[in-house]
Amino acid sequence: MQIQALDEDIFHIIQINGDVDAASSIILDKAIEKAISEDKKNILIDCMHLNYISSAGLGVFVYYIEDFKANDVFFALFSLSDKIKNIFEILGLNKLINIADSKEDAKHLRNDSSL
Amino acid sequence: MTHHFKVNCLRDNLKLIREFVQTVLTEYPLSEIETNQLILAVDEVCSNLIIHAHDCNPDINIEINILGSEELILFEIIHKNTDNFDFSQYKNPSLKKIVQERRKGGIGLILVNKIMDNVEVKNENTFNIWRMSKYINAG
Repeated sequence: MQIQALDEDIFHIIQINGDVDAASSIILDKAIEKAISEDKKNILIDCMHLNYISSAGLGVFVYYIEDFKANDVFFALFSLSDKIKNIFEILGLNKLINIADSKEDAKHLRNDSSL
Repeated sequence: MTHHFKVNCLRDNLKLIREFVQTVLTEYPLSEIETNQLILAVDEVCSNLIIHAHDCNPDINIEINILGSEELILFEIIHKNTDNFDFSQYKNPSLKKIVQERRKGGIGLILVNKIMDNVEVKNENTFNIWRMSKYINAG
């Protein structure tokens, strides 16, 4: 699994490529931890090339939900495949985490939420 | 037909386990979503055993059997008994509580329970056997 982070306007975008499992979730964890420590206020996760996610990866998102609230961070995932989205839905995580169809939709979600 | 796979307890072997399950499941009329769910359920149990039960000890093996019929797929995961985990006493924790307590773990077995139609864990001699089954086209 590989992670790339880039800034686009006000957005900090973390791109995931590959499988996030119990062996690799630490990389995702570090990327989000770094974004929070750098006071990024709009964090988007690009899941276009996310092939697989286990509970270890989901647990990373779950762990930071309270941090995002406490630090007033807008957080969203976008471009999830149907099979990945299904895993979020099985748990009901789609009700706790913003999930958008595309990067543009994720940005709109942020803009709508700040109105 | 029974498909069999044996690996030692290393985190990196989780990918090999997923590839094994994926290959076997191509024999069944499953959607991509259903296939991914079943791969995930096996991965969750195996990662718990490899990381938590056996502390990534490469000298210990786990074995996976996949048996199927037209109606049912049965997954068996066999490992050396370490803790007599009583699955019948396990209750899914609430997601709300996991979020509030900022826990990174605790989600895996919830997924296993939600994905599989039946899950049981038996202790047989010095081995511990997870048996998980899924009805095909059961909805």
